Amino acid sequence: MKHYLNQLVASQYFSFVVTVLLFVILYAAGIMTYKGFMRPQVFLNLFIDNAALIIVTVGITFTLLIGGIDLSVGAVLALCCMVLAYLLEFTTVPVGLAILIILLMGIGFGALQGYIITKFDLQPFIITLAGMFFCRGLTAVISRDTISITNPFYVELASTRIQLGVGFISVGAVIALLTLLIAAIVLGYTKFGRTVFAIGGNESSASLMGLPVFRTKVMVYTISGFCSALAGVAYSLIMLTGYNLHGLGMEMDAIASSVIGGTLLTGGVGFIPGTLFGVLIQGVILTFITFQGTLSAWWTKIVVGALLCVFIVMQAFITEHKSKLSSKSSMESASK
Amino acid sequence: MGKLKEFTSSSLFLPVVALAVLLVFNAIFVDGFLTIQMTEDGRLYGRLIDILTRSSSLVILALGMTFVIATSGIDISVGAVVAISAAVVCNLIGGRGDGVAETPMALAMLAAVGVGILCGVWNGFLVSKLKIQAVVATLILMTAGRGIAQLMTEGQIITVYYKPFAYIGGTIPGNILPTNIFIAAAMVLLVVFIMKKTSIGLFVQSVGINPTASRFAGINVTMVIFLVYAFSGFCAGVSGLIESSLIRAADANNAGLNMEMDAILAVALGGTLLSGGKFYVGGSVIGAITIQTLTTTMYALGVSADQLPVVKAIAVVIICLIQSKKAQEMFDKWKAKRAGDQGLEKAVEKA
Repeated sequence: MKHYLNQLVASQYFSFVVTVLLFVILYAAGIMTYKGFMRPQVFLNLFIDNAALIIVTVGITFTLLIGGIDLSVGAVLALCCMVLAYLLEFTTVPVGLAILIILLMGIGFGALQGYIITKFDLQPFIITLAGMFFCRGLTAVISRDTISITNPFYVELASTRIQLGVGFISVGAVIALLTLLIAAIVLGYTKFGRTVFAIGGNESSASLMGLPVFRTKVMVYTISGFCSALAGVAYSLIMLTGYNLHGLGMEMDAIASSVIGGTLLTGGVGFIPGTLFGVLIQGVILTFITFQGTLSAWWTKIVVGALLCVFIVMQAFITEHKSKLSSKSSMESASK
Repeated sequence: MGKLKEFTSSSLFLPVVALAVLLVFNAIFVDGFLTIQMTEDGRLYGRLIDILTRSSSLVILALGMTFVIATSGIDISVGAVVAISAAVVCNLIGGRGDGVAETPMALAMLAAVGVGILCGVWNGFLVSKLKIQAVVATLILMTAGRGIAQLMTEGQIITVYYKPFAYIGGTIPGNILPTNIFIAAAMVLLVVFIMKKTSIGLFVQSVGINPTASRFAGINVTMVIFLVYAFSGFCAGVSGLIESSLIRAADANNAGLNMEMDAILAVALGGTLLSGGKFYVGGSVIGAITIQTLTTTMYALGVSADQLPVVKAIAVVIICLIQSKKAQEMFDKWKAKRAGDQGLEKAVEKA
């Protein structure tokens, strides 16, 4: 029995199993306390409301996997919302072109950050922190007031409901699910994905193996920038505005989701389906607070912070346990 | 000539030159920038004094941040801790319209600084004991901290009408300079005194350069890292007092906003490497004053508070590039290549 338990803890899916269990327990608790939780639409709403967070989390997971970090995601999202709103309201740029422009902007900004970090060997957190301040400031430079999007096509896109039999999901949710699927395939089944894991495991080894470390690292930050821009589209589909304070603190939500979903902050270990459940857990907590009605929204931030702490501590213990197990097994095999 | 070279290669060169450039710019373009007048009730008044006053809380934050960065860590929660400390002190004194304090002010101030230390202790525990990366550990408090401050003030801005509370960020009658300048000076002197009289500075530096080697040399690495974060929390707590006193209110959303960036920028500008190791307290202090001068200059040019981070973010990246070893190597290579080319040309000419 103990052997099985040890094996379970040492398995790389342990975090994932804990996360899924936690989600199920939280959801069951919700059903017991509030009748409304039973409706399938409440579950589907988790995807609609958190579409942007899911996309951002996918991007940030890539950077965490190589042992880096991207703190600029929330600010890039806000900048993209603002540029989109500006283009749609004050210029005659068609919707498709406007979306293309902000996606290219995200790619460009991510690539620039990645290039500076990798080329000059600087700490990712300081450059992306600067990136975060840069984008927030730039958003304020474009407009200090809220710009509402009234473009008829975009508004219709935002209110489109895709029927699923028991309920509906939005366009943003579809984009989010597609992003998840593509990211899972890229990380699991391509050369690039394996290189990302190799760099996270040990960068010098990866470099000595002849893997394209420089290119991959820049690519990873580019992906994160692209995901932030895409999340900006999903976010503006919900809010239909561009505003300086959009996505404030989203970087922490995304890092928390990724970590809760089983990504190691030291890099090299991560699991895309896990990140989905990380986001869903946060969504359930938010739904709880909405159903409860009297708690302030600030509780979400505090609860998410506490959850992040618990999971990081759990990771630390698991890593320690694993190294103990491996040293034990190597001693056993040596004595045989 | 030797003296000049010594100065240009010293760590103080960059912040002092930056400050001088800013001051000269201001002196030329801003009317009455250098004049300092005496008001009727015997206070000194002028733009320079204003900059010193405004920079005092940043100087204090930069002191704490210097040690954290010296251990190759980072503390991005300082801004949120400032908000928490401000919320505590204003909550305890209370916003009673008749100007009576609900709790004695000294007690409220102690409590606010105590809460600041508590936040620092929490960060220190996460980083030193649980070995969580400093960015992520302090990121938790950076976002959750403002939530905590909001809960304390119940989403309101608490305005304090108790008169003596304004003395922390203003002038006590009879003094010629605002109190917060004295607080900042006292903190700097305290740190300098500790550096001179104890070997803590050496320990911090050693931990920043190589924690493993320091442990083998008998330094309690966990304790040093823990203390450094606790001190940073203490500094943020003190700065929260000043920030709230300046506006006589606790604003959980805006108190200490973007200050973590300013503090990091001040430390980096002061010559301390962001990768840890050798640190310069004097550099950080001048760096902080320079940043505040930059902020004031930008305001004078009509840049708004929420647009200002663009300038500062660019400054951070430039300083990082100047500090980066790789960039230096590339520059050296380029210089060597150019010198080589010139040498070749000369040789060709001679031939």
